[in-house]
Amino acid sequence: MPPQTLFEKLWNQHLVCPETPDTPAVLYIDLHLIHEVTSPQAFTVLKERGLKVRCPDRTFATMDHSTPTLTEQVFGGVPITNDSAARQIARLEENCREQGIELLDLQDQRRGIVHVIGPELGLTRPGSTIVCGDSHTSTHGAFGALAFGIGTTEVGHVFATQCLLQRRPKTLAIDVTGELPRGVAAKDLILAIIGRIGVAGGTGHVIEYRGDAIRALSMEERMTVCNMSIEAGARAGMIAPDQTTFDYLRGRPFAPRGEDWDRAVQRWQQLPTDAGARFDRQVEIDASSLEPMITYGTHPGMVMPISGNVPSHPGDAVFDKALRYMGLTAGESIRNKPVQVVFVGSCTNARLSDLRQAADVLRGNRIAGGVRMLVVPGSQPVKQAAEAEGLDRIFVEAGAEWRESGCSMCIGMNGDTVAAGQYSVSTSNRNFEGRQGAGARTLLASPATAAATAIRGRVTDPRELLS
Amino acid sequence: MKTKPITTLKSTTVALPVTNVDTDQIIPARFLTTTTREGLGRHAFADWRYGPDGTPKADFVLNRPEAQGCRILVAGRNFGCGSSREHAPWALLDCGFQAVISSEIADIFRSNALKNGLLPIAVEESVNDWLLAHPGAEITIDLEQTTLTLPDGRSVTFPIESFARYCLLNGVDQLGFLLGRDAQITAFESTHP
Ligand code: SF4
Repeated sequence: MPPQTLFEKLWNQHLVCPETPDTPAVLYIDLHLIHEVTSPQAFTVLKERGLKVRCPDRTFATMDHSTPTLTEQVFGGVPITNDSAARQIARLEENCREQGIELLDLQDQRRGIVHVIGPELGLTRPGSTIVCGDSHTSTHGAFGALAFGIGTTEVGHVFATQCLLQRRPKTLAIDVTGELPRGVAAKDLILAIIGRIGVAGGTGHVIEYRGDAIRALSMEERMTVCNMSIEAGARAGMIAPDQTTFDYLRGRPFAPRGEDWDRAVQRWQQLPTDAGARFDRQVEIDASSLEPMITYGTHPGMVMPISGNVPSHPGDAVFDKALRYMGLTAGESIRNKPVQVVFVGSCTNARLSDLRQAADVLRGNRIAGGVRMLVVPGSQPVKQAAEAEGLDRIFVEAGAEWRESGCSMCIGMNGDTVAAGQYSVSTSNRNFEGRQGAGARTLLASPATAAATAIRGRVTDPRELLS
Repeated sequence: MKTKPITTLKSTTVALPVTNVDTDQIIPARFLTTTTREGLGRHAFADWRYGPDGTPKADFVLNRPEAQGCRILVAGRNFGCGSSREHAPWALLDCGFQAVISSEIADIFRSNALKNGLLPIAVEESVNDWLLAHPGAEITIDLEQTTLTLPDGRSVTFPIESFARYCLLNGVDQLGFLLGRDAQITAFESTHP
């Protein structure tokens, strides 16, 4: 057999029917994650056609996008302010009950953002195909899974058949050599990659991140990188499984046990790309030359090193429109720009290590007057772990708000929003116009940059505060 | 289950000369707390289309009189990037659009559009630039021939996934096709770990 890439192995292992010129492949899906926002219409179609969910045991539900993060609303019986969000949550409960799908409901202490809980529970496994009606499903590729976002019609297809109709995407290898300098995070690396290949640079491709710098990353950092693959337009992002992956998964609630575990690890060890396998495209990045990164525009590709100046593109009306929206001018430095909101959260950067990075910078400091800082853990287990090591006290004593888990200000569906015209330094993944609230101006950065910025009330290079 | 077949579409265009139009613009997240597909058209491009008090902005293309009744939207490169929300094509269809033309269309949006009968048409940059510079041009999209014909009679072909095209032309629904593979799926499951 000719040498194969990680992607090709997974693709071939999940083909129910191969593709032909006339028909796409029928691809088997091992794990289907669902949440309240993109599932109701799919359940409706299922019901209208008299169908059942084919594999409820391969389907797992959580609620995260429109859920409240205020403790009194999650646990204290205070009603959710937004009626339609409350209805959506009730509908998910009803649908899961009817179809026999396991759901982590609002009060479940395992609940959290869908892309945080999958790995945390050990549902996410190397060599599996994973889909969810959410584009950041690419996160799970960090485990050597083929994981991608789908629309609601496809959610219905997976409900009814556990399969999807797919054309085979192309492959793109991103080789990251060297070592990340101190104070430069996985978030900075993926922002730099998107800056380099562009927001459509990965369209039609599955990315495999490789190289020494990737191997050196922890699982949580790998998830941050794969999470933002979609921000480069890619179908999915993947990292080959290795000892780091196995160590993370061993003993997780849904991970295989005993002999099953040993057999699984043996299978997983066969997955990495074979020597000599070919990619459709290849890009090389030198990690050792990177700095903390920050976005200045209205998509994640409008990004620069934090020490840089906003670039200019004379004659590009769309670029100028983005700068006008952001209230920035070409040539200006973004450092020391006053900021009103700091958000540490989202499926990109709300795992325990992200909270630790923010807390390390904040420890013993107070956030600047006039800054509102929201820290929203990615899941309830992340929240409990953070509290067990006292991170919550560091945040609260610094003057930040410490919340229950959820998507929160990443998408602004639950009332956690940034006001029009305000600047927000956010550890989330999208700085689109209005993403954090109508008129909000989002600057994407790492947790350390966000924390440093909160202390000074101005955009700050975290390396200035790290002793 | 049959859907309505689509063969040709003739209409004037609305031009939105913006690159990287993301799905958060097409339908902002605050309108996603719905449990149905209907009625999203009035929220399409909400933050570009209405002022903070909800009044339509006169200078936004979709609000201009000549845009009324247009069924084809032309936009800059990388249309539909961002989230997987199918609410984006639902909103555009509810606005009356039946096709979107761009020089590049993001993967998930394209897939979602095809499943709802909204034609995602990717054309060469030069053709797209011409269309953006000539809003209101009357063009014809022929799905059978996979051609787009400009007012001067010039025709260009566009790529479209063959199965999706077959389904649209014949009103075949993709779920029905998948359900027809039940025996193969069951056989696959019996050996798959
Ligand atoms: S945290 Fe943000 S990006 Fe992640 S799933 Fe939630 S809304 Fe989507």
